Amino acid sequence: MQGPDGIDGLSAGKIWQPPSKTQKFVDRTFRRLCIIFAAFTVVLIALLVVEIGLKAIPAFSEYGLRFLVGTTWDQNKHVYGILPEIWGTLYTSLLALFFGTLFGVAAAIFLSEGYMSEAIFRILKVFGVQFHPFWGKLPERCELLLKNLIELLAAVPSVVYGLWGLFVVIPLIRPACNWLHDQFGGFPLFSTDLSGPGILPAVFVLAIMILPTITAIARDALVSVPPKLRMAAYGLGATRWETILGVLLPTASRGIFGGIVLAFGRALGETMALAMLVGNANRLTVSLFSPANTLAALLANTFPEASVREIPVLMYAALVLLAITLVVNMFGALVLERAAAKAEAK
Amino acid sequence: MTDQEDVPKSAQQDEVNKLHLEELQAARDPFQGIDFAELEHSIYRPRTFFSVLLSLVVTLMTLAALVPLFAVLIMLIWKGGQKLSLALFTQLPPAPLEQGGGFGNAIVGTLIMVGLATAISIPLGVLTGVYLAQARADSKLASMVRFSAKVLTGFPSILAGVFAYGAIVLATGGYSAIAGAIALSILMLPTIILTSESAIAMVPAKMKEASIGLGATGTQTAWMVLLPTAMPGILTGVMLAVARAAGETAPLLFTALFSNYWLNSGGNVNLMQPTASLAVLIYNFSGMPFKNQVELAWAAALILVVLVLITNLIGQSFSRQQVQQ
Repeated sequence: MQGPDGIDGLSAGKIWQPPSKTQKFVDRTFRRLCIIFAAFTVVLIALLVVEIGLKAIPAFSEYGLRFLVGTTWDQNKHVYGILPEIWGTLYTSLLALFFGTLFGVAAAIFLSEGYMSEAIFRILKVFGVQFHPFWGKLPERCELLLKNLIELLAAVPSVVYGLWGLFVVIPLIRPACNWLHDQFGGFPLFSTDLSGPGILPAVFVLAIMILPTITAIARDALVSVPPKLRMAAYGLGATRWETILGVLLPTASRGIFGGIVLAFGRALGETMALAMLVGNANRLTVSLFSPANTLAALLANTFPEASVREIPVLMYAALVLLAITLVVNMFGALVLERAAAKAEAK
Repeated sequence: MTDQEDVPKSAQQDEVNKLHLEELQAARDPFQGIDFAELEHSIYRPRTFFSVLLSLVVTLMTLAALVPLFAVLIMLIWKGGQKLSLALFTQLPPAPLEQGGGFGNAIVGTLIMVGLATAISIPLGVLTGVYLAQARADSKLASMVRFSAKVLTGFPSILAGVFAYGAIVLATGGYSAIAGAIALSILMLPTIILTSESAIAMVPAKMKEASIGLGATGTQTAWMVLLPTAMPGILTGVMLAVARAAGETAPLLFTALFSNYWLNSGGNVNLMQPTASLAVLIYNFSGMPFKNQVELAWAAALILVVLVLITNLIGQSFSRQQVQQ
């Protein structure tokens, strides 16, 4: 650890020294390690695609594209098709996305427009303590608590939602669903009765699971709308909701849209809640109360007991799911990146 | 109207000038012809009514969104709490129609697999975060890595299981805790990368520059300045990732499978055998037609949710520390 001596006469008890060879070596190694680890993330995605793709090749060469439009799944006759699963995946995800977006964006508006703070401020004002150092912080704290509570919705494991849906939600909504079927059975959405697991309970739970994603991203987008736009709208005499609908939502629309796309990707890939609630029936249906199946649920239910013949077929199904979710997720990430770049440019 | 002082009182004003002035006065009074009563804030006006109504709707919808959270928690405490006892932690899962039993092996299995997954994903994730935070803004690799991490956050958990099945289970010839841990680490990685990156990027530039100015190498700066300062943020990310991994079922279904026995046989722990986990236990037992098993599933769900929520809250408390800095 000897530095060059005699440059300024401080050779004894030096307080400075250039990096020693060891330090330089450690530095270079560490930098390389960081780059290798970082590159591994990119490699990992390629690895995932290649691994699943390679294992699917036997099934792909045997069934080809017929696999995508076939409607039967018969282990004994070795006839496989996943059209009902593709349909079930898209149908449940889109329905869940509709309700998730509705409630998710509403919650984002509630959280970003300071409704909660305002309400608590008014209550505090009644007691005249709204500026007291202790109570004065209450509005912000409550708003933070609410935000964290909504985030906790996403923290509950999906298998627990599945359990809850199976033993609480299904018995609860069954009478209402069967009443709807009896009254409006001619309507395609209600054309079967709910005898147990089915699309509606699955959609219900799925919507709850994607809501926090939409709320978090939409809230970020709404908060990052430049304050001058909001003030200008209020200054022109717009009411609160004229401001929200006419200025804030259009300005934040890119960010919100990106969040919705990401939530869609999550809904497509969600497995356990659907495996437990959707009914695992190979059926092509629009009825909300009929059992159906999704790609992820098919994998979860069939894989553990799959025969050697069946595994390439399931890998093929996994590849289809991978392709759909990768495309949706990449699109979502791109939209959000563009939205962020545009917000920065302002 | 009250502008008479402003008007030049010259007696020789001609007709044209007078007309001009009247026009000017009209222009100066911006409130001419406006009915002030109509501008008053009133709930009976459609636009105000609409605004208040929508505010109410949004409030109700937000509260409705929180109902499931509390409904789930209440059901868990009610149904799972009844079954809670010490035996749950020390006994093995019961056979069908057998009474009692517990899931001690599933708790141990979950802890071991999540621990292993954390041990794999922390070095990978944090060092990638260091790289991303230090990389130049125009670096191609950095933006590719960042994009990959974002895409991985939405990666379906079941596909991580399919991957681990193909890459580990088929290669090693059997279901194992290792395969489960690798599947879980794929899901933890992106969270750790992205939170570490943002935590490190939030370290004030002057601290980093001071370190470099003192002659520290890039590595010394990273280890002695950046990582210690960003630690609360990194720990938040790790905790969130751990909480997510602990609750994941799909990647374990056909990598770790399930087991009715303890991991250690004859004193030594074998990680290359099928391993039980709380999440898979809930899934398996919820589908069984036996009352005892369903009750055990509820109790396991209660314990799993408590574990996950505590991990989450610890993570959030770390993030509060960072805000205070």
